[in-house]
Amino acid sequence: MSEARSEASVGNAATFDTHPGADAGVTPESPLQWSRVQGRVTEEGGAAEQIRVIERPFLGHLVLRGGAITLDEAVRAELGVSLPGKPLGLVLDAEGSRSVQWVSPDEWLVIVPAGEEFELENRLRARLGDAHFAIVNVGGGQTLLELSGEKARELLMKSVTYDVHEHGLPVGKAVGTVFAKTSVVLRRPSEERFELVVRRSFADYCVRWLRDAGREYGLRVESASP
Amino acid sequence: MFHIFCPYCQEYREEEEFHPSGQAHLIRPADPASVSDEEWGDYLFFRDNPRGIHHEMWVHRLGCRKFFNITRDTATYEILETYRMGEQPSITAANAEVRREQGVQTADGGWQTVGAQPENSRLNEETPS
Ligand SMILES: [Zn+2]
Repeated sequence: MSEARSEASVGNAATFDTHPGADAGVTPESPLQWSRVQGRVTEEGGAAEQIRVIERPFLGHLVLRGGAITLDEAVRAELGVSLPGKPLGLVLDAEGSRSVQWVSPDEWLVIVPAGEEFELENRLRARLGDAHFAIVNVGGGQTLLELSGEKARELLMKSVTYDVHEHGLPVGKAVGTVFAKTSVVLRRPSEERFELVVRRSFADYCVRWLRDAGREYGLRVESASP
Repeated sequence: MFHIFCPYCQEYREEEEFHPSGQAHLIRPADPASVSDEEWGDYLFFRDNPRGIHHEMWVHRLGCRKFFNITRDTATYEILETYRMGEQPSITAANAEVRREQGVQTADGGWQTVGAQPENSRLNEETPS
């Protein structure tokens, strides 16, 4: 039975794998499914535009809550990166595909490649044992949009109240803020790109906003294969 | 628009990210069953509405989602300081005048911005009654 692999019990918490695999007979649909049906999203890798928006669906999103010192030890052991201690900090692993973000003084957002979050959650739970903590898999509730291109900053200036200039949002910073009258987590993982973590139910809206605001520059919305 | 200093995010943010949540420093009666209806009603429903220095709870709704406190002048809309939950204000109605002469600072030492100024400051002078 496939459930045997996709469910676990660590301590007194039941965890389950939200990526049960192809044999489970479930086709995952990204939050941008409607936009895709409407032809607003194309496959990755086409003609260069001034702004590229790439959806990264089905990533593993975990919210960690608890004391910084306890969580830092566990995250460093299991993920190889240290918890950002400073407010608004964002750290990535050497590969750049796993990140830990400060959300509030007792809350961090961990994003890992699709399918890794189940094992990671189990390992973190096993390591944290009886410590006072909470781990929640929020991958089903939010998705990640990646913005790059020379006009990406100008596009954000039209969309968020936050100061997205180099001194306001340097590499390694992430903020929760207002984006086109909705909420968004705005991240700056590297020099070339910005990331938006948006609510699943607002993903279509955000993409339509981006397409409209980016029309003057030339904007292309693509979807990375999971 | 206000620029409000979030004591958790440690920087100024647009007012749009915040939401006011009423009077700060309300203390719930330790043993609700033993207080009179009047005392319980006071705790539950009655709030101060001062003209001048007021301490309020706000929440950084779209940022860190933490509640914190603001000392605000209800007559001038000036935000005098912001401080974390569990902390006490450094500016109160009792010491506000002294503070105003010396200049105001946030609890962590950063300077706080001044809100909208009244059209006629005399409107906001306290008149002895
Ligand atoms: Zn904040």
